[in-house]
Amino acid sequence: MIAPGEKFAAEKNTQAASWLRRKTLESWSEADEAALNAWLEDDIANRVAYWRLKAAWGRADRLAALRRDKTASHADSKIPSRVLKIAAGVALIAISGAVGNFWLRNSQQQTNDAVYATALGERKTIALTDGSEIELNTNTAIRFHSAAAEKVVTLLRGEAYFQIKHDPHRLFIIKADGHRITDIGTKFRVRRDAARLEVSLLEGEVRFDSADGRVKSLSMKPGDVVIATAHSAAVMQQPKRDIADTLGWRSGMIVFRHTTLAEAAAEFNRYNAKKVVIDDPASAKLTINGTFQTGDTAAFADAAHAVFGLHVNMRNGETVISR
Amino acid sequence: MNAADLEAWFVDEVLPLEAILMQYLRNHWRDPSEIDDLRQEVYIRVCEAAQREIPDPAKPFVLGTARNLIIDRIRRQQIVAIEKVADLDALGLAADIPGPDRSAMARDELRRLQSAIDRLPPRCREAIVLCKIEGLSQREIASRMGVSEATVSEHIDKGMCALADMLYGEPHEIRRTQ
Repeated sequence: MIAPGEKFAAEKNTQAASWLRRKTLESWSEADEAALNAWLEDDIANRVAYWRLKAAWGRADRLAALRRDKTASHADSKIPSRVLKIAAGVALIAISGAVGNFWLRNSQQQTNDAVYATALGERKTIALTDGSEIELNTNTAIRFHSAAAEKVVTLLRGEAYFQIKHDPHRLFIIKADGHRITDIGTKFRVRRDAARLEVSLLEGEVRFDSADGRVKSLSMKPGDVVIATAHSAAVMQQPKRDIADTLGWRSGMIVFRHTTLAEAAAEFNRYNAKKVVIDDPASAKLTINGTFQTGDTAAFADAAHAVFGLHVNMRNGETVISR
Repeated sequence: MNAADLEAWFVDEVLPLEAILMQYLRNHWRDPSEIDDLRQEVYIRVCEAAQREIPDPAKPFVLGTARNLIIDRIRRQQIVAIEKVADLDALGLAADIPGPDRSAMARDELRRLQSAIDRLPPRCREAIVLCKIEGLSQREIASRMGVSEATVSEHIDKGMCALADMLYGEPHEIRRTQ
């Protein structure tokens, strides 16, 4: 037990800070490591102070992103057209997984930019020769450009999931709406809507540069989600489960958790030509949980009927849900 | 529960509550110079309990621990504090007020970091910037700032503690994005 006024916390903090700082020194030895472990082991007060400072100091690591910013990449955001002129040939294998288990292999030599797109309700996986893969969700288009020093994917519309094999000599850059995501070896998802861009990182690390340049070079960690508009960019953290939910489409599913019917209908409508319409404002605000197949609007309408007693009518090919 | 799991739980579940905890302690403890010690003591008690069983959810447990600690202290100081304890009981309800949205809490992380760095004392800030942003070694920082390595160490240690206080202890926006 501590006596008031002993300045106990300050002392523990100073010790913990000193350990954390010394750990980064070149002279840090195994003996030092052992001494640190003994100190941690000695008292839970030491551990608590150490964990807290370590977490804060780790958060400050994001500032490191500002460092690389000064050297090369940032000039680029002012001149978005600076795409390297050296066009290198690269073989691309497009794998289409849209029809059951039928995999279509289609190899081609690329000397120029290649565009890949999916139709409404379609999914497609693009496998690059370096082992990287890009999965396109419904109604999505990307342009792929390969050059000696970098590979650039421009997300023209829609949503894609990237699993990138990191190459230290060749940057992998995703551009969308003026924003840039630079891969540092990783798995992440990018979704572009009319007014905003959403990037969520599952593994590894990426650097995010927003279009307006106000939030420069944000270093994203797993669990981070960046939401950027033309004039703002914010990072937040999401539980792994929520991020996994947003990737349900990779197995043809949509996951709703406390999702309003209006949002759920909008989500279905990304995949289907036959739209779902929620016809009155009160019903639109009801929230549901559940997992649906992207094409199964009937199951969604059934759920709305069964759970909320809403009426379902077909009108001009649209599924209309109302009270 | 091993130390690594306990650390992960502490960092993910308890530290995000620090701003609420600090506010609670400030509201219920007269001497501001003792708040940091109370916080540290709450963390120790919480982690000791969590070694046996993880309290879930963390928030009512952390605030409940703070409340019990304050009651203990009041008793020990033998202050006639019936009113104060009664107050605390009424305010025990604070444990049910929803905490900051986890996602909102961490949003705009870089801006928060920059604002925290900006508020460090000038020499301290210089050392932290050279260390974290420029990636310089302690020796390089010392020669850049024209001071001894020992002085750099002091600046960095102090900066690290101040950053933790700002990043965890300060209230932040709790508005949802939607």
